[in-house]
Amino acid sequence: IACLVMYLFAEFDDAANLLAANPDATTISIDEPVEIPKNQHGRPQEPGREEDDELLGTDDSDKTELLAGQKKSAPFWTFDYYQTFFDVDTYQVLDRIKGSVFPVPGKNFVRLYIRSNPDLYGPFWICATLVFTIAVSGNLSNFFIHLGKPTYHYVPEFRKVSIAATTIYAYAWLVPLALWGFLMWRNSKVMNIVSYSFLEIVCVYGYSLFIYIPTAILWIIPQKVVRWVLMVFSLCLSGSVLVMTFWPAVRDDNRRIAVATVATILLLHALLAVGCLAYFFDAPELDIPAPIIPAHNGTTVVTKSH
Amino acid sequence: FPGLADVSISQDIPVEGEITVPVGSNSPDEDYSTLDEPVKDTIMRDLKAVGKKFVHVMYPRKSSALLRDWDLWGPLVLCVALALMLQGGSADSKDDGGPQFAEVFVIIWFGAVVITLNSKLLGGTISFFQSLCVLGYCVMPLTVAMLVCRLVLLAGGGTVSFIIRLIVVGAMFAWSTLASTAFLADSQPPNRKALVVYPIFLFYFVISWMILTFTPQ
Repeated sequence: IACLVMYLFAEFDDAANLLAANPDATTISIDEPVEIPKNQHGRPQEPGREEDDELLGTDDSDKTELLAGQKKSAPFWTFDYYQTFFDVDTYQVLDRIKGSVFPVPGKNFVRLYIRSNPDLYGPFWICATLVFTIAVSGNLSNFFIHLGKPTYHYVPEFRKVSIAATTIYAYAWLVPLALWGFLMWRNSKVMNIVSYSFLEIVCVYGYSLFIYIPTAILWIIPQKVVRWVLMVFSLCLSGSVLVMTFWPAVRDDNRRIAVATVATILLLHALLAVGCLAYFFDAPELDIPAPIIPAHNGTTVVTKSH
Repeated sequence: FPGLADVSISQDIPVEGEITVPVGSNSPDEDYSTLDEPVKDTIMRDLKAVGKKFVHVMYPRKSSALLRDWDLWGPLVLCVALALMLQGGSADSKDDGGPQFAEVFVIIWFGAVVITLNSKLLGGTISFFQSLCVLGYCVMPLTVAMLVCRLVLLAGGGTVSFIIRLIVVGAMFAWSTLASTAFLADSQPPNRKALVVYPIFLFYFVISWMILTFTPQ
């Protein structure tokens, strides 16, 4: 609840600041975003500062900040307030998922797909699916790896579901919270052109986790090389979505802080993937049947000698 | 009123008649009258309602009877039966066993609540308890599957028994999902139906997974 209150105040503060700075922001017409691809074609190569300003222009961010402030006007203890976060249609959710899996270079996921309508449906259900996919795939993969062994007795390993749930939901909500707090703090020191609301950050993180669902299913294949290739591949895809989203937000800042922020984002993302692979999926070549036979001989020899 | 001065009512004419209000069958007065009926009637009425809903789940048609008179007895009975049957799984280690009673209970009820909240937040017109009722009753095919699995496992556990269990659980999972979708899909806005059906699919998939991976000690 405190987070929601902080977010609301931040939204209203932002809106008030931006309106004071640009009193005629409201006169910009709605079809401004349509002109943006034209400008981009005019300057194809290096996305310079100027072009990015037009791409994520001050007017656009003014408008979206104001629209975001106007939309969520119901008080946060009513049901209608939360309904505004589920105001998406099927095709919108599918588009956002597609945007997270196929990152278009130079296009920002938040501006392109979310457009001041962040939803909580995607992050919540993608995380839920990921939790169960990892638990089920891990269980299946362990079953196949240990299948031929005589001493193996199948166990469902149900506890791991709760561990997976805690980890993934903590990552999907606490890391955006920390990142949002950090960006707000930097915003108070350095005037950034681009700033994201808390829900938009949660949205980006939630949708960026989608690529891990097919990856987790493919991790059933008990080959170390295959698993690591899959992990690097999915890390590149979802990491690039995150980088392209957050780089414009920290770029105006001190160079070292900007690089450190983006590096931390990527590091945490990689840590999640590696941790899940290590904990839920046993290593493929774990036990070799040959040592069991000499051990039996060894013990019989020992008992005989006694 | 001068014209009315002549009107008078003779004292000899008796005023008689009946003043009664016909009691309709839907008036709340009827509830008081059920106090006098035998206990067997009361119980049988509720049991018949529950039984009718079970039949509706077995032959899912788009009927509104399941939605109108919701009750949570059926889901409770099914949930407890399923959780009890999932006991006695391989519990040699605390960490690796199957779900405990409380975990099954929580998953079913918490999952149903979350799905209901999800459909209401997406703009569904169904009420909270009606949706819980439908989701709970549609667990029935999976409870039947659990029963069949336990019986098959009594006969032995091998590849053949696994294949039988897989087929049975798969068929019942499809039945559950289709039955609940048939009841719930109409109350959703048309361009968000898939968004509402997917969590239901996930919910029954998780329950089916718990049933399929049940291995006796």
